[in-house]
Amino acid sequence: MNIIVCLKQVPSRESILRVNADGTWVDEQDLSWEINEPDVYALEEALRLKERFGGEVIICSVGPARVQQAIREAFAKGADRGIHLNDPAFERLDAYNTARVIAEAIKGESYDLILTGLQSDDFGFAQTGVILAELLGIPHTTIVMEIHILDGKVKVKRELEAGWFQWIELPLPAVLTIQSGINHPRYATLKGIMGAKKKPIRTLGRDDLHLGEALLNLQQVEKVYIPQKTKETQLLEGSPEEVAAQLVEKLKHEAKVI
Amino acid sequence: MQNVLAILVPRADTVGRAEKEVMGAAQRLASQLNGQWAVALIAPRACALSRQVLVCGASKVFVVDHPELVEYSADPYLKALEGVVEVAHPHVCIFAGNSIGLELAPRLAYRMKSAMVIDCTELQGVSGGHVQITKPVYGGKAETILVAHNPPVTICLRPRSFEPLNAVSETTGEVHRLTIEIEPSLRRTKVIDRIVEESSDAKLEEARIIVSGGRGLGGPEGFLLLKELAELLGGAVGASRAACDAGWAPMSWQIGQTGKKVAPDLYIAVGISGASQHLVGITRAKTIVAINTDPKAPIFKVADIGVVEDYRSVIPVLIEELKQESSA
Repeated sequence: MNIIVCLKQVPSRESILRVNADGTWVDEQDLSWEINEPDVYALEEALRLKERFGGEVIICSVGPARVQQAIREAFAKGADRGIHLNDPAFERLDAYNTARVIAEAIKGESYDLILTGLQSDDFGFAQTGVILAELLGIPHTTIVMEIHILDGKVKVKRELEAGWFQWIELPLPAVLTIQSGINHPRYATLKGIMGAKKKPIRTLGRDDLHLGEALLNLQQVEKVYIPQKTKETQLLEGSPEEVAAQLVEKLKHEAKVI
Repeated sequence: MQNVLAILVPRADTVGRAEKEVMGAAQRLASQLNGQWAVALIAPRACALSRQVLVCGASKVFVVDHPELVEYSADPYLKALEGVVEVAHPHVCIFAGNSIGLELAPRLAYRMKSAMVIDCTELQGVSGGHVQITKPVYGGKAETILVAHNPPVTICLRPRSFEPLNAVSETTGEVHRLTIEIEPSLRRTKVIDRIVEESSDAKLEEARIIVSGGRGLGGPEGFLLLKELAELLGGAVGASRAACDAGWAPMSWQIGQTGKKVAPDLYIAVGISGASQHLVGITRAKTIVAINTDPKAPIFKVADIGVVEDYRSVIPVLIEELKQESSA
């Protein structure tokens, strides 16, 4: 069972964001980076399937040189090799064009599954995996909570709203976007970290791919800004009885929510 | 002239709040763009449902009713949508941001070569016929405004970010029933089963009141108290990621970046410090009450009402107070 995992590197969650000078992106200079958390769950799911069924886990990631660190981190956990898509033309691509680049890059690969996180923690387009399935002409499903491999098929549980779940079957190969929290991702072992340095990464740029049409984003970022919070908090003081009485009073007559 | 298409794919047998929000957004955007809006209704028994759409004031409803659409599956539904788009020629397609919308919208957008934005919290039609789309990014730490310079544009709305369209007194709209060829072989995915877990809990995404607990509860038993309070208020119970990771609450209760995005009228955060990953899930809450022993907890920066106190001393009294109120 060969599995491709699409990973994105995003600013770490503790990052303090600053908007760049022209207000169209975040200032990337002082940021620290990490693997997009939803993709960490996708990677873990791929590693578990590999442990049961054998095969390879291939990491595919789009981004500048720093992305190699994310690929190596996946190697340290047990992934086998990587495809790094690095080209100035790949910067700030929308989901459609990112999917186009990935689809071209994995054309020669033989795979049974493509896994990716439900969405990225930076721009959160939540489309790259879905569009990838369209480009490759293979079935897909989203918000996957559980995976069972059957003969030539995969059976998955997907989360719907309001406590509803669906069990569905798809023929392989297929694209699955993984819901966060479906497993407990492992930590890299020391042995894994040592071994990660030797695993191969293939780096591809625009000229290595047959992209056809130019990579033009379908929508443009007009503005990025940090929303200003204007709320003033009323602190309630007194004994628990006084606080509870004030709270009920305010919720009833001021906020009118109960 | 700009056409806005509200795409409704209701999972239940009713046109609910999510669908009414899509129609509300479509109607307002169409009027900003000096255009028309219409509805695409794809569902089992769509013809019967179309009445519920007409009473919201839609002037045109495209309906596809087909045996292949009885149980939701992406491929036949996409085929039906492609058929509607061919007839309706929309410049803007609007979906609800639920599990179905998030699966169908990117694929329809791809097939139409359309721009596509998910998790939209604001829409504005501007001169030149462009649409400005606002969405939170970086876990809610920032927001972005996106513009597509060429139609079409496809959008998924963040739930409860738009005013729903409500019933009008007179319905004048008409239903266009489309016949679309949908081959059974299109259906590559097979739905085996549909199950519901914890059906007794109120739906978090639709709850008007949510009482939510975090690491500060100190253990799973704290949730019993929150549950009692929630039941008394007719609300639902939520949890922070820390509480879910600790195993004190089921994953399905999780609110925040990796969990649910909620929009209640009242959100009571108990023992939740308020990490930005949690706050992104509650940006649409109207009134936030924070109960926490740490006065420096970031949750107090977003709360309307704060109580710096141990919840164990406040909530039991609050429950008593509410019980007395309701019996009085």
